[in-house]
Amino acid sequence: MKYRVHVRIMPRGGLLDPAGQAVEHALAALGFAEAGNVHLGRAIEIDLEASSEAAAVARVRAMCERLLANPVTEDYTIEVTA
Amino acid sequence: MLRVGVVSFPGSNCEEETLRAARRVGAEAVGIWHRDTTLNGADVVILPGGFSYGDYLRAGAIARFSPIMAAIRRHADAGGAVIGICNGFQILCEAGLLPGALMRNAGLHYQSRPVDVRIERTDTIVTRAYRAGQVIRIPIGHGDGRYVAPPEVLAALEADGRVVLRYAGQALDAPANPNGSMHDIAGICNPAGTVVGMMPHPERLADASLGSDVGMGVFHSIAASFAGAA
Repeated sequence: MKYRVHVRIMPRGGLLDPAGQAVEHALAALGFAEAGNVHLGRAIEIDLEASSEAAAVARVRAMCERLLANPVTEDYTIEVTA
Repeated sequence: MLRVGVVSFPGSNCEEETLRAARRVGAEAVGIWHRDTTLNGADVVILPGGFSYGDYLRAGAIARFSPIMAAIRRHADAGGAVIGICNGFQILCEAGLLPGALMRNAGLHYQSRPVDVRIERTDTIVTRAYRAGQVIRIPIGHGDGRYVAPPEVLAALEADGRVVLRYAGQALDAPANPNGSMHDIAGICNPAGTVVGMMPHPERLADASLGSDVGMGVFHSIAASFAGAA
């Protein structure tokens, strides 16, 4: 089966996120003062062949652990579509 | 004769300055290509600065899987000397040869300027030629230099004296800590002091005609570390 996998990588909560803060300040300056707790992460889309959805997730989790996310500073979530 | 190898990745910089500084202390200095699988007889391996693979994904994240890295890991595990400068430090952290990670500077801006760093420890391969507590003014050039590690890792680094360089003082009226590094960390080492990562660029201040050659201390330290063994 072919799966489309979406990986969402975010800076770990509690760590300083200067890019998120800069965007939050810019939003406030534009009149979106109600926006808070803004964080910038990274989205990665991957097509892959796997025997099942669980197998696809397991493979992408291994990709995250080895390369896509830094285990010291980032957390990730995996979502499969199609 | 001491043999120093300097690894080039696509996007590395300052390899020539690093080779030249190594030759000035009497070492034989050779380039190593990132696709090589042996260290070409090097006693000391230096991973230079720059932006390997364009810093895609994260700084150092892709270089870490270059073919040469397996040989570097074996060298480090066997007690061999490995030094990461700037991007090299980022690569060593990504490879797990040093703990922690280097994140985007707290102020978001790329910082290219001198900083003052204090020599916290003089029994490493890169600090032997300095005095303990000595503050040196040395260049940095990085956008991702904010050292981050979990609290227990930071506590262990401090308890074991593995912080080699720490931002200190007030270089040129700019903030002492240029990037928001935890504990003002500018450089750390492994427990044996044989694997060292640092954000400053000693090879960029290694010629007295620039007004200071304080970075040569790093290379004199390397030479002194091997003086008995050669």
